[in-house]
Amino acid sequence: MRKVVRGFYAIAYAVKLCRPNVICAYPITPQTEIVENLAEMYANGELENCKYITAESEFEAASILVGASAAGARTFTATCSQGLILMSEVLLNAAGMRLPIVIVNTNRALSAPLSIWPDLQDSMLLRDGGIIQIYIEDNQEAHEMIPQAYKIAESTMFPIMVCMDGFKLTHAYEPVDLLDQETVDNFLPPYDPPIKLSVKNPLTFGSYAPPDCYMEFRYKMHKDMINAKKTIEKVFREWAEIKNDWGGMIEYKEGRTVLVALGSLISTIKEVAKEMGLGYLKVRTYRPFPAEEIREVLKDCDNVIVFDRAVSFGYEGVLTIDIRNALYGESPDIYSFIVGLGGRDVPKTLIEKCVSKVMSGKAKRYSFEGLKEFEEVLY
Amino acid sequence: MRISLGAVSRPLESLENKTGSWAVRVPKIDVERCVGCGECYMFCPDGCIEMVQIENRRIAKVDYDYCKGCGICSEICPANAIEMIEKVIE
Amino acid sequence: MYFGKGHSACYGCPLPIAVRNVLEALEGKCFVVNPTGCLEIISSQYGKSAWGVPYIHSTFENAPSVASGIAAALEVLGREDEGHVVVFAGDGATADIGVGYLSSMLHRNDNVLYICLDNEAYMNTGNQQSSQTPFGAHTTTTPAGRVIPGKVLRRKDMVAFALAHGIPYVATASVAFPRDLRRKAKRAVEFRGAKYIHVHCPCPTGWYFDPSKTIQVAKLAYETALFPIVEFEYGRLVRVRKIKKRKPVEEYLKVQGRFRHLFKHPEGSKIIAELQRIADENAVRYGLDA
Repeated sequence: MRKVVRGFYAIAYAVKLCRPNVICAYPITPQTEIVENLAEMYANGELENCKYITAESEFEAASILVGASAAGARTFTATCSQGLILMSEVLLNAAGMRLPIVIVNTNRALSAPLSIWPDLQDSMLLRDGGIIQIYIEDNQEAHEMIPQAYKIAESTMFPIMVCMDGFKLTHAYEPVDLLDQETVDNFLPPYDPPIKLSVKNPLTFGSYAPPDCYMEFRYKMHKDMINAKKTIEKVFREWAEIKNDWGGMIEYKEGRTVLVALGSLISTIKEVAKEMGLGYLKVRTYRPFPAEEIREVLKDCDNVIVFDRAVSFGYEGVLTIDIRNALYGESPDIYSFIVGLGGRDVPKTLIEKCVSKVMSGKAKRYSFEGLKEFEEVLY
Repeated sequence: MRISLGAVSRPLESLENKTGSWAVRVPKIDVERCVGCGECYMFCPDGCIEMVQIENRRIAKVDYDYCKGCGICSEICPANAIEMIEKVIE
Repeated sequence: MYFGKGHSACYGCPLPIAVRNVLEALEGKCFVVNPTGCLEIISSQYGKSAWGVPYIHSTFENAPSVASGIAAALEVLGREDEGHVVVFAGDGATADIGVGYLSSMLHRNDNVLYICLDNEAYMNTGNQQSSQTPFGAHTTTTPAGRVIPGKVLRRKDMVAFALAHGIPYVATASVAFPRDLRRKAKRAVEFRGAKYIHVHCPCPTGWYFDPSKTIQVAKLAYETALFPIVEFEYGRLVRVRKIKKRKPVEEYLKVQGRFRHLFKHPEGSKIIAELQRIADENAVRYGLDA
């Protein structure tokens, strides 16, 4: 059924179709409407075998889901920015405990200064924790990603974060082909974890590990994350049989100069690339990082231009660091532009300007683009 | 070495840890004085005391493999049937 | 066996006494949630777990929330008759870092039995003060110094805190009276909703007394009215453990090394008088004197 909906409705509707057992989230702009929609569905009796819990903070929401997931329930939460950082202790705890919690992160800039507008700093901060991270480009992709996120999480036993730009996607009206219950039921089996809290098999969850065994647990986690790439590809291929135009961990168009980005920015980049005859690389799966795949497609081009929307302060753009590392030893020149922080618009003209800077040899190793004139003062 | 998913542990593996080696003194139950009230069983922090049937009486019995020798049982026994004695280490 | 032998608690530790008695009262049909603290460290080392019941440790402050999640999952999955959700949490996790999350769980009235095992300090990390450390006590962060003789703040009243949320069952108990604790655990789970039991657990290592005297010290806390043993159902006081002959607070203070400075410091007698006043107030408020 094709409907013009806002991003948050597409997410909430997809979550409903996945038959969650426990939903718990704390409001934070711009994710709030996702949980408001789910609360409405719950109050109208549209969610079977489901409990919607109101928490008093994001930390609490994540903690409630740790308990629920450990007890064998399928769980969902949504957050971003300050809320994501607040619940980060619990999310990393869940990653270590291998609980497949699905989190929708509506990317939003971090304080201070306070901003409710989108950039990728919040989820980038958690990229090292053992949580699978997927970045989607538009609302159709967001909607279709949810059942796949559950399948990936429950097969790999890692929490998974589906990242979508706040406001730009969550609040944008787009035509979306909404899935139907039968398709999702055929694709996503009920949640049946290999281990769970049960009186019949009384296991101890969350043991502490002294130095003589901690490292083995972390090695296992890393190994399982690397192997998760195979599971992710498999799930994507399965979905592509249902929806023919679904891609893989990366989407690539060839070119001598390739533009790289995560998230909704890639839509603008695809248009610029088409007009200027360039290539593009959309990174859909950010963690586990598809380093070999990226190296394979980018190694023979002349220029790689990475558009970053998160900064590792004191170093450079976060995605750029990962791309440079993947391409070490290969021939392309890699340039980086940090754009669109805190919701600053990134129009086609800005992308074109960056590309011409590279082409005319005036680009530096990395630079901030789209800044206004300003004077630095004390107050 | 077993490495489980998410550091989940099996139940009751602590039983491999024989904490009886901690004890300097151990309780000695005077079976004549013991009235089988079960107070020592309720209070033992290490669950080392069980009530057993000897003839037609209920008597306290200490598991010296795990008894740390804290002395709580001796202090609370209402029949003064428990004495803390020096542990003999072979 | 619900809580095994071979755990690494100190000699005379009251925490396993409380845990064993509660688990036996509930016949092991429990899902235990336990935040970081002494109990967690001595019982849940990887490969050496002392737990014979399903158990989860998440973080220091989120035990009430994790318990809420388990209760919700059991309800939704139709598994509520498998067991009760029971939290064993220390006073640090309950009254300090986790108090906000405890409030939230109590407010939602989730079907959870929350048991605070109160040893009156952050014992696991080496005896730092908590909001449950009594007035005048020595801890490493409220040391008995030349100028400031121990803790200058009072205790948070966790019974009043729990009652403020209007939950069905609130009680205090002590390791000195295990039969009473068992009865309270059984009574609590008869109610649907949030239940709170605050158990007094004297710590020989942190309070500096002989490990064999744990139960005597716990009895003295009750007999001096510094730890009232009370029971509330739906906010109404239904039972107190009366004191036949109330003892002066010095009897309790002098057996613990953490109060020793009160008998030497120039301000000590004022602190003892204040503690006596607190005890007298408890006796009047709950009607403790027989």
